[in-house]
Amino acid sequence: MREIHVNSIIDTIEKLCIDANTHLPCDVKNAIERCRACEDGSIACGILDNIIENYNIADKENVPICQDTGMACVFLEIGQDVHIVGGDLTEAVNEGVRRGYANGYLRKSVVKDPVRRGNTGDNTPAMIYTEIVPGENVKITIGPKGFGSENMSAVRMFKPSAGLQGIKDFIIETVQAAGPNPCPPIVIGVGIGGTFDKAALLAKKAIMRPLDTHHPDPYYADLETEMLNKVNELGIGPQGFGGKTTAIGLNIETLPTHIAGMPCAININCHVTRHKSEVL
Amino acid sequence: MEKRVQLPLTEELAKTLKAGDTVLLTGYIYTSRDAGHKRMCETLAKGEPLPFDPTDATIYYVGPTPAKPGQVIGSAGPTTSGRMDAYAPTMMSVGARGMIGKGARLPEVVEAMKKYSGVYFGAIGGAGALLAKQIKSSELVAYEDLGAEALRKLYVEDMPLVVIIDCEGNNLYEFGPANYLAQKGN
Repeated sequence: MREIHVNSIIDTIEKLCIDANTHLPCDVKNAIERCRACEDGSIACGILDNIIENYNIADKENVPICQDTGMACVFLEIGQDVHIVGGDLTEAVNEGVRRGYANGYLRKSVVKDPVRRGNTGDNTPAMIYTEIVPGENVKITIGPKGFGSENMSAVRMFKPSAGLQGIKDFIIETVQAAGPNPCPPIVIGVGIGGTFDKAALLAKKAIMRPLDTHHPDPYYADLETEMLNKVNELGIGPQGFGGKTTAIGLNIETLPTHIAGMPCAININCHVTRHKSEVL
Repeated sequence: MEKRVQLPLTEELAKTLKAGDTVLLTGYIYTSRDAGHKRMCETLAKGEPLPFDPTDATIYYVGPTPAKPGQVIGSAGPTTSGRMDAYAPTMMSVGARGMIGKGARLPEVVEAMKKYSGVYFGAIGGAGALLAKQIKSSELVAYEDLGAEALRKLYVEDMPLVVIIDCEGNNLYEFGPANYLAQKGN
């Protein structure tokens, strides 16, 4: 049994919050630059140039790429042979977020009650997703999630008879309804299967997955490519002003499901798709 | 071709701006988003004055990150304007003519824009580090308790924007993608 002290979890989360918000991952930068090379819309090319210039400024000056530094989505893959010592794990995660958002000059965007509102002032609580896995490591992934795009996400409980076409139509319908609101070019995470809640979690995991990877099953890997191309035929373009680049990536995650259902969730993210991981 | 626009946004100036125009905006603007708009409209409903003069004013829908030492302001890109749709016609009715944000607006906002000669500008969503470069000063005006949502007066110089909806109701979100697809079809 390996012991991990909560202090190392706090320090790692603080660092990852700042890092994720100031440095866009390479897979996302590569996707944007690939799309820029293929873009043929007139306003669109200028917008993509500005987006590239923006993340270069953020890199160089260590400032947030976007002012919506998001809710801190924290994924913890905890090895079953790990014993966390020195304090409460949830409190450690929140303390890391608290320090990261204060010391990194990140925006505090969390309200303490969904209806009565009121900013918590320190961007806590984090949204924590834990998973117990084999081994004696803890993998921490931080994905700050902005809400311009989160608000355009959707979940639908399909009848199995809706089949693949139902899912394809749902993706197109959701992207079209989102239009310019989620700051296109976007990243689309699709979760298919599981239960109502698991489908949404799969969609969230899909946007955390690097854009240069594919679903391990060729059936879904092909669907990722096909639907990304279809989305990019809609003409919405960067910022919704018209152009080829409506999305820079589309990832699908799947799970088995019930004989009576086919849940499907679509989580929309913007071009500032942030994710940073570290293994303790 | 970029148009240079010097604020304040008078009715005469507003009428020269057309949807699809790329502009460089210079002058004083005010920041406000969800909670600030709610508070301003409650103030107006009570018959009280706003904490700033809204005549020909331009409001930027933004909640910046905190400024680092030595910075004028933190990253400061636009937020989704649709959430201010419930308040925008009221703001225009008291003279606030310009809006800077991103995303679609409701028909009632467009109608109010036609009535009051309003202009809706788009800033690039997600380009907060780049946009902060054009902000030369920032001064707290009111609602400090709202944190990132406080009402601030900014001086911007050559802020790169696109006119999304003009005061005749022309909408780049409608004709931009349509024109692109029509071109591709040829």
